[in-house]
Amino acid sequence: MTARIGVYICHCGTNISAKVDCEAVTRYAATLAGVVVSRAYKYMCSDPGQDMIKDDIKEHGLNRVVVASCSPRMHEVTFRRALAEAGLNPYLLEMANIREGVSWVTKDKLEATIKARALVRGAVERVALHAELEDSYVPASKDVLVVGGGIAGITAALKLAHSGIKVTLVERDPSIGGQMARFDKTFPTLDCSACILTPKMVEVAQHPNIELLTLAEVSKVDGFIGNFDVTIKVKPRSVDVDLCTGCGTCWEKCPKKVASEFDMNLGQRKAIYVPFPQAVPNKPVIDRANCTYYATGKCKACEILCPAKAIRFDQEEQVVTRRVGAIIMATGYELPDVGQEIPQYGYGRFDGVMTGLEFERLANASGPTEGKIVGRGGKEPKAVAVLHCVGSRDESRPQCSRICCMASLKTSHLVKERTGAEVYEFYIDMRSFGKGYEEFYNKVRDEGIRMIRGKVADIEEVGDRLVVKSEDTLRGVTVAIPVDMVVLSTALVPRKDAGEVAACFGITRGAEGFFTEEHPKLEPLKTATEGIFLAGACQGPKDIPDTVAQATGAATEVFVKLSTGMVKIPATIAAVDEPRCSGCQTCLTVCPYGALAYDAAAKVVRLTKAKCHGCGTCVASCPSGALHLLGFESHQILAQIEGVCAL
Amino acid sequence: MNFAYYPGCSLTTSAKDYDLSARAVMTALGVGLEEITDWNCCGASAAPSVDPFLGVALSARNLALAEANQRDVAVACPSCYTNLRRARAAATAATEVGMRARESLQEGGYRVSGESKVRHLVDIIVHEVGLGAVRSRVKRPLTGLMVAPYYGCQLSRPDGSFANPEIPREMDELLRALGAEPVWWNGRTKCCGASAMLTQESSALHLVDRLLTNASESGAQIIATACSLCHMNLDAYQGRVNGDLGTAHRMPVIYFTQLMGIALGLEPSRLGLGKAFVPAPVLDPYLEGVRA
Repeated sequence: MTARIGVYICHCGTNISAKVDCEAVTRYAATLAGVVVSRAYKYMCSDPGQDMIKDDIKEHGLNRVVVASCSPRMHEVTFRRALAEAGLNPYLLEMANIREGVSWVTKDKLEATIKARALVRGAVERVALHAELEDSYVPASKDVLVVGGGIAGITAALKLAHSGIKVTLVERDPSIGGQMARFDKTFPTLDCSACILTPKMVEVAQHPNIELLTLAEVSKVDGFIGNFDVTIKVKPRSVDVDLCTGCGTCWEKCPKKVASEFDMNLGQRKAIYVPFPQAVPNKPVIDRANCTYYATGKCKACEILCPAKAIRFDQEEQVVTRRVGAIIMATGYELPDVGQEIPQYGYGRFDGVMTGLEFERLANASGPTEGKIVGRGGKEPKAVAVLHCVGSRDESRPQCSRICCMASLKTSHLVKERTGAEVYEFYIDMRSFGKGYEEFYNKVRDEGIRMIRGKVADIEEVGDRLVVKSEDTLRGVTVAIPVDMVVLSTALVPRKDAGEVAACFGITRGAEGFFTEEHPKLEPLKTATEGIFLAGACQGPKDIPDTVAQATGAATEVFVKLSTGMVKIPATIAAVDEPRCSGCQTCLTVCPYGALAYDAAAKVVRLTKAKCHGCGTCVASCPSGALHLLGFESHQILAQIEGVCAL
Repeated sequence: MNFAYYPGCSLTTSAKDYDLSARAVMTALGVGLEEITDWNCCGASAAPSVDPFLGVALSARNLALAEANQRDVAVACPSCYTNLRRARAAATAATEVGMRARESLQEGGYRVSGESKVRHLVDIIVHEVGLGAVRSRVKRPLTGLMVAPYYGCQLSRPDGSFANPEIPREMDELLRALGAEPVWWNGRTKCCGASAMLTQESSALHLVDRLLTNASESGAQIIATACSLCHMNLDAYQGRVNGDLGTAHRMPVIYFTQLMGIALGLEPSRLGLGKAFVPAPVLDPYLEGVRA
């Protein structure tokens, strides 16, 4: 078939045309072998732009199309669809990236135009060798895995469960609830956090469509969208949850006290415990690292006294596997080590310096002080400093924590309300962007909170007080204010093991360590890995309203993706030319997805299409040239390189 | 272990005692200090504030001299230390200032590549010699001596060889190795007023007063410094503070190298003792029998 190629040069408004002489490139393209039509247009991705391609295909009998515009990541799908609508195989398209690859990164207009011409020529030479390819479809599981049982994971799991989808919710801790369960009040409405969260936690436990695995971590993820095989390790609770009534005898009688993680180590719990009264599941767990029985072989007080005979010291770790169609990551955030990062604030050195999360536990009626706010020396403070942006918005961590303005205001409000103390807020800018946030700021300010615009430089221990030193940039003076308690509104940072988790699930992380979305504006809920979605602060700092909105969105994405019960396998995957395969199996060792298997009877390697991601590693490793990457054949790529270099 | 030694201007004049004790102590620890031949002023705080190029080029020349001998540079004065470190980064950077500095050095036949590192004496003693080696050489432990370790503002900042630039502890540990008791005080990295003593004297005197008060309230009998300008402000201006602010400070100030020399049992005459304005009778017990 003789190639009849149409070339379309996009101005992208002025994004491309300001640097690239699009008309010159268009005229140049018309001179290339096989090119029948060559046109430029302001926006090729627009309807009129696409119609131009479709009309030309019909009118001029085009059988190949080159679009020179933005990155194929932006609009390859758009133009492939246009080809398909005009009756052409969508893989007979080639894009030349003259925006991200040329106009945005080239200073000189002439150089940009020359480079654009080279890329267009490469694309023309390549597209002439394109073959028709077909996508295939495989059945997809409609079950979903949600990783993390904070408000993000809870929301996503419930939305999916309500729509009839079976969800496995995996939580590492003994209870779901996440960080939100630690909060006393939520801004800007000052709802009691537990009051709005615990009904949802209970609903998770009771929903027939949700399988809740606590003390559980995902250890392995195989497969692909529609068919993920997930291995989950479930640590022993050492309690038979079916027999246990949650009566509380065991933790009342347990003789061993240790610091409570849920209370940010401010309070104590027993070695057998439920993390907090509204925990879900509301069944105790034995902390084997601290249990006297596991250390000495003696005690067993809980087992002896348990009326339900539910204690199981010999329970073992279980490994379960689940096949799911999609995964929602909702692994949340943690706080930075401010004592190490910003030692001048004295966290960990000075009595009375605490993080916002620790303050939440102090302020909470079920916390270690039963809601009594205490500063230095365990006494009610007369003056309190609340510091914004601790570990945020500086050279080492430029991003805004997004929550600390409002969280600080909430802290100040609670301190004022419960102690009447003088409260000083040190802020850089007051960022009250959300619904009801500015009103909240005004309300708290009017309660008599002293607002000082400045980043605190240093905190000193002077006598029995702490002196907070800062610049007051509105008055142009330095201030040194003695207080009895300092609350640090810290940055939100990725979980320490976010890197390992990302590697396990095959998703990417940004420079700051959070999981990255596929597109910051248009695909904020998807990862670059098909079938894995993001919810909540694992994607970046977020407050509760935004987290809930994103989790709901992620649930919807999953629902849409799995609704047909089938998922598309793109055509651009590997293929084995069996007569040429010597059966050396080198490719098996390099394939990251386990997509290749050796057929001992036929003495050749076979491909599981659905598992192949089209990465091309096997192709490069094959010594006999038996492996191909459809759509990325050597002769196509060589032709493109020759085209680029021909100028 | 040999270093190219950069004394800097103040150590040849007002801080001769620092220079003497530094050389004596480093020799005793087996560290060779070869003074850089024909070194020039680092630019102090004046040159960089007048002309960034000059600030880089002046110090870069000293680095070039050290590089020619393939030695890392040992520095005593924190201000010189900061300037040399800044110049090392700037003179090898692809910036206009860096390019100009390299060109002008080239005209004089100098070349700077950044091969020579810039090390402060505290860093060398703690990280190269090691506290164990120091402890084993102590002949007259400074038992019971309460010392306020004074790092000043430049030594540990912005970041370098100190584990925690905001709350450095290396000098504390060094003093402990000598048998002394470092006190915990807030003034450890606070500014002494530096050259503002010449232009904004009353402000600087207040800063000095605050440091002296904080040190004595923290139980210190003596302040140990690693900076010649800090020494000048705390010691030489102590009388002025007392006169102007009506205080009665009598806080001796000493270079950490002098304290080391005493503990290592070196000849007092090699340590430049007795050059300070405020007398230090608290040291007498540790010098008994060795003082000529």
